[in-house]
Amino acid sequence: MKILVPVKRVVDYNVKVRVKADGSGVDIANVKMSMNPFDEIGVEEAVRLKEAGVATEVVAVSCGLAASQETLRAAMAMGADRGILVETDAELQPLAVAKLLKAVCDKEQPQLVICGKQAIDDDANQTGQMLAALAGWPQATFASKVSIADGKASVMREIDGGVETLSVTLPAVVTTDLRLNEPRYATLPNIMKAKKKPLETVKPADLGVDVAPRLATLKVSEPAQRKAGEMVADVAQLVDKLKNVAKVI
Amino acid sequence: MAILVIAEHDNQSLKAATLNTVGAAAQLGGEVHVLVAGAGCGAVGEAATKIAGVAKVLVCDAPHYEAQGAENVAELVKGLAGGYSHILAAATPAGKNMAPRVAALLDVAQISEIVAVEAPDTFVRPIYAGNALATVKSADAVKVITVRTTAFEAAGEGGAAAVESVPAAADLGLSALVSRELVKSERPELGAAKVIVAGGRGLGSAENFHGLLEPLADKLGAAIGASRAAVDAGYCPNDYQVGQTGKVVAPQLYIAVGVSGAIQHLAGMKDSKVIVAINKDPDAPIFQVADYGLVGDLFQVVPELTAAIG
Ligand SMILES: Cc1cc2nc3c(=O)[nH]c(=O)nc-3n(C[C@H](O)[C@H](O)[C@H](O)COP(=O)(O)OP(=O)(O)OC[C@H]3O[C@@H](n4cnc5c(N)ncnc54)[C@H](O)[C@@H]3O)c2cc1C
Ligand SMILES: Nc1ncnc2c1ncn2[C@@H]1O[C@H](COP(=O)(O)O)[C@@H](O)[C@H]1O
Repeated sequence: MKILVPVKRVVDYNVKVRVKADGSGVDIANVKMSMNPFDEIGVEEAVRLKEAGVATEVVAVSCGLAASQETLRAAMAMGADRGILVETDAELQPLAVAKLLKAVCDKEQPQLVICGKQAIDDDANQTGQMLAALAGWPQATFASKVSIADGKASVMREIDGGVETLSVTLPAVVTTDLRLNEPRYATLPNIMKAKKKPLETVKPADLGVDVAPRLATLKVSEPAQRKAGEMVADVAQLVDKLKNVAKVI
Repeated sequence: MAILVIAEHDNQSLKAATLNTVGAAAQLGGEVHVLVAGAGCGAVGEAATKIAGVAKVLVCDAPHYEAQGAENVAELVKGLAGGYSHILAAATPAGKNMAPRVAALLDVAQISEIVAVEAPDTFVRPIYAGNALATVKSADAVKVITVRTTAFEAAGEGGAAAVESVPAAADLGLSALVSRELVKSERPELGAAKVIVAGGRGLGSAENFHGLLEPLADKLGAAIGASRAAVDAGYCPNDYQVGQTGKVVAPQLYIAVGVSGAIQHLAGMKDSKVIVAINKDPDAPIFQVADYGLVGDLFQVVPELTAAIG
């Protein structure tokens, strides 16, 4: 069974981004970029399925700038067998990414696609669901446990108020939640080995996909900042403030 | 054209999030319809007719909607979409699961977790864990949207909408619900609670988490929330998680206990009206957003606070 893992290059989760003064976007020049944390979890899960003998090949796919090669190399250092870069300088919105991934799936015919639940830059939480819709496949989002047997995936997923387990036919799309696994660190030998793994580059036009954005960003602004509060000396003072000043208890 | 709100429910009762979604729909201009898709969900349809501002309730009652799987519900919504300018769902796990699927079937963008309506085609939504707000304009014929419930007033009661039953779409048979385990709690829902007591890794164990926070929450009639670190350490169930990738809350009072205040946590609670932080580290980032900060050992402060609240 082949597993496809979409991986996105995003601003590292430790970076607090700044909004540009002209309101045109956030300033990401010279900030640290990393693989989207949910996609690391996706790669880890796919590699574990391969190590368990369930999967035969793990293919990482990234859509975006040429620099996304680094992200693919990172995925290969974790254990993905090869990488596909859908290279473009164009702004990609989730629907466009889903269409690109659908085209890659048509070629690669994976049985399972493991997306992250959300990219931590756009916070969209859409691409996996959209890919599943376009492909006509089932989706098991926000997964905290995945097992494969008899041509089906059994997925425990996080829902409001608890968890549920779905049984979905394959091929299917799974999206990862934080508790699915703890991604490994790539070792130095594996980072070296990853440099030699195959990395193919294609363009959106080669895949016949129109990636034109559907949403125009009119402006990006800073959210209202909270006013600095005050420190209280003890519990008595805290209770007094909450009762008599804030009037919330 | 009319606006379709997809109701969130468990076949017995309507979830409060639906009311906030109707609240957002009311700002778009147009007749608001509510879709209740489920099995044996007649009572939910009835409840939806009473929401102020709703003109019509569409009920689609069929066995294959019992679990409300995204595949079957999205297929149904695709068939209904023709008559609507906007399709809205709450930005809850259920809404986030289903709405993008609807959008892709209609070949339109989905606009995630809006916090304001600027015009019928222009919306504000947080990006980068709420560190920036993007104003986006949609060129699509149908706007598929999820709504951050804390950003919109809940619609009130007093409606008298008509009920129309709509035929089911085909059962796609792609997905089956095996089991569902819901955490039972007498406490208010996190999303709707007026007061939230949230615990972090500083609590140190599940025993401490429950032993210290529950008596305080009991006194305040509060819901209990948590940081991801507390959830990961097994102190409490996953659906307590507040943050960028958990629940977004905006209570009157949020008391953060032993939570450092990582940006991902702040993304979920910084719109609370009053924030209290209790932490032994005076440099913890949580103090930068707290209205009242108390530096101290939570094992001493929390019991004292519980005792001091009458
Ligand atoms: C992709 C991604 C998504 C994430 N999403 C979320 C999310 O949605 N929500 C979320 O919360 N996190 C999220 N995180 C994790 C986040 O980055 C932090 O790791 C997490 O919030 C830290 O939790 P914490 O504050 O409980 O733990 P810590 O950072 O370990 O803080 C514990 C605090 O307790 C204090 N303390 C310890 N002992 C005591 C004592 N006796 N008395 C008083 N104070 C004490 C310490 O001073 C410290 O400040 C996410 C991370 C990633 C990478
Ligand atoms: N440009 C991209 N390249 C590869 N995968 C992507 C890209 N954008 C989104 N994804 C995948 O889709 C998931 C959800 O992204 P989003 O819908 O943007 O929140 C991510 O975690 C990735 O797995």
